[in-house]
Amino acid sequence: MNTPERQTRRTGRRDFETIAGWISDGAHVLDLGCGDGSLLRHLQQVRRASGYGIEIDDNKVLASLKNGINVLQADLEAGLSGFDNDSFDYVILSLTLQAVRHTERIVKEMLRVGREGIVTFPNFAYWRHRVHVLMGRVPVSRELPYQWYDTPNIHVLTIDDFEIFCAGHGMRIRERIVLDEAGEQVKFMPNLLGALAVYRFDKWSA
Amino acid sequence: MPERSIGIVTPDSMQFDEPIELKSGARIGSYTLAYETYGELNAARDNAILVCHALNASHHVAGVYADQPESVGWWDNLIGPGKPVDTERFFVVGVNNLGGCHGSTGPSSINPATGKEWGGDFPVVTVEDWVKVQARLATRLGIDRFAAVMGGSLGGMQALQWTIDQPDRVRNALVIAAAPKLSAQNIAFNEVARQAITSDPEFYDGHYYERNVVPRRGLRIARMIGHITYLSDDAMDAKFGRNLREEVLNFNFDIDFQIESYLRYQGDKFADTFDANTYLRITKALDYFDPAEKYGGSLSAALEQSKADYLVVSFTSDWRFSPARSRELVKSMVDNRLKVSYAEIEAPHGHDAFLMDDAVYHNLIRAYLERVTT
Repeated sequence: MNTPERQTRRTGRRDFETIAGWISDGAHVLDLGCGDGSLLRHLQQVRRASGYGIEIDDNKVLASLKNGINVLQADLEAGLSGFDNDSFDYVILSLTLQAVRHTERIVKEMLRVGREGIVTFPNFAYWRHRVHVLMGRVPVSRELPYQWYDTPNIHVLTIDDFEIFCAGHGMRIRERIVLDEAGEQVKFMPNLLGALAVYRFDKWSA
Repeated sequence: MPERSIGIVTPDSMQFDEPIELKSGARIGSYTLAYETYGELNAARDNAILVCHALNASHHVAGVYADQPESVGWWDNLIGPGKPVDTERFFVVGVNNLGGCHGSTGPSSINPATGKEWGGDFPVVTVEDWVKVQARLATRLGIDRFAAVMGGSLGGMQALQWTIDQPDRVRNALVIAAAPKLSAQNIAFNEVARQAITSDPEFYDGHYYERNVVPRRGLRIARMIGHITYLSDDAMDAKFGRNLREEVLNFNFDIDFQIESYLRYQGDKFADTFDANTYLRITKALDYFDPAEKYGGSLSAALEQSKADYLVVSFTSDWRFSPARSRELVKSMVDNRLKVSYAEIEAPHGHDAFLMDDAVYHNLIRAYLERVTT
């Protein structure tokens, strides 16, 4: 799996603050597809979080090491068998959901090893993207800075799609924040006006 | 700063007169350890790195001996001024383990009780024993706590054992191409190597020194077997394939293929420089290594007291201690919420990859050690 590097860099830290605001102080966190480790580093700094990043790419593993985080080189598509049940407070999948192949398995694994899951993803139903499609083109934007032929984003999803997915997969949404391209929170018609969605969820308890 | 070799180095030795009680119950009254150091111990004495050696290496880790241009240290590509293990910053210690044959007390040393070489009477030593002895050397060198203990293969196992047995004396462990314990297959290869030695008619139960002979044929075969397990199938194929030494098949049992010639050469070279009794003991130390054993078989329980941070590294083509074995190590560290980073290096060379100069691998070690404060 190719984690969307350019995408992470361009969207910068816009979802970082939201995530840092949600997690508890001293939380134990697993960051799937941690890239250069800047999210975990941020959470260490502002929340005294502990934990690990998972990354497959050699250069990003090195960058994570230089960033001072604990990084474990692994392919998260292969599952999280190296981690026991409920061993983390939060398992984070930041800007990676749309790029993983085995989406259902990974989300299930997130809620097996973590108490709560946090995902962030670009909303394909954002109005600018809709305009692109109406004009007969695949959307290319700040959130989706790829051409159709080089995109790592193999699953296009929208805010509405994700919520339907949660309902069908035993996931309870605890919090949702939708951001526009400027990083401002969108409360009105988020599936149309929101560029980036950030969710916190856990398991429906029986 | 540009990388360079540390240059001319000189081995040292230290005499210990306090007896050591070994895991086997045997006791050694006094002993000598051969060691080398590179760089300077700083005023805070917090910049020392211990490099543990594997099966056939020694305390000669980096640099070269005067007038012996061939005698380059076994990890010279990694350790030196400006290198990933930077001797401008760190005080690096290499030590020949107890039971060795490069200057530390071992089977070829004189047993004070008999006035003759220990030979077959030298006790079986374990990784725990080595750690105990290395800790004594550290104390004598004025090192209360190592910035890091590191090693590959059996050396990595010693680094791991340090964090269990001496949790207050090691801040970081670099555990490279290692495993939490040997598999049946690993032990099987070691046993064939030992059988090759002990069945050599010139072995004499280990008392061959006094007869002025060496179980050379056995040691040679032991090394050949070991060497096969250090290389990957692909690496061997790339290097030798089915190439013939001469252009025709000989239809006899002399050398036909290049690989045969190579193994014989490696075996001969090793038999000239290594001691068979030491080889037997080091393979046993490998077989016996199992830090989880004392903790009900749980490596996670064994690491509960550890205060170290870890870098664990494996190599994709290593089938002797495969990446899966390193992931077992990582799991036990993660279970204890210890700080650990893990890298799986794409390398074709097999187990020997840990000794190679690979940019991805060396950059990781460099980056990790740059995080270590001194």
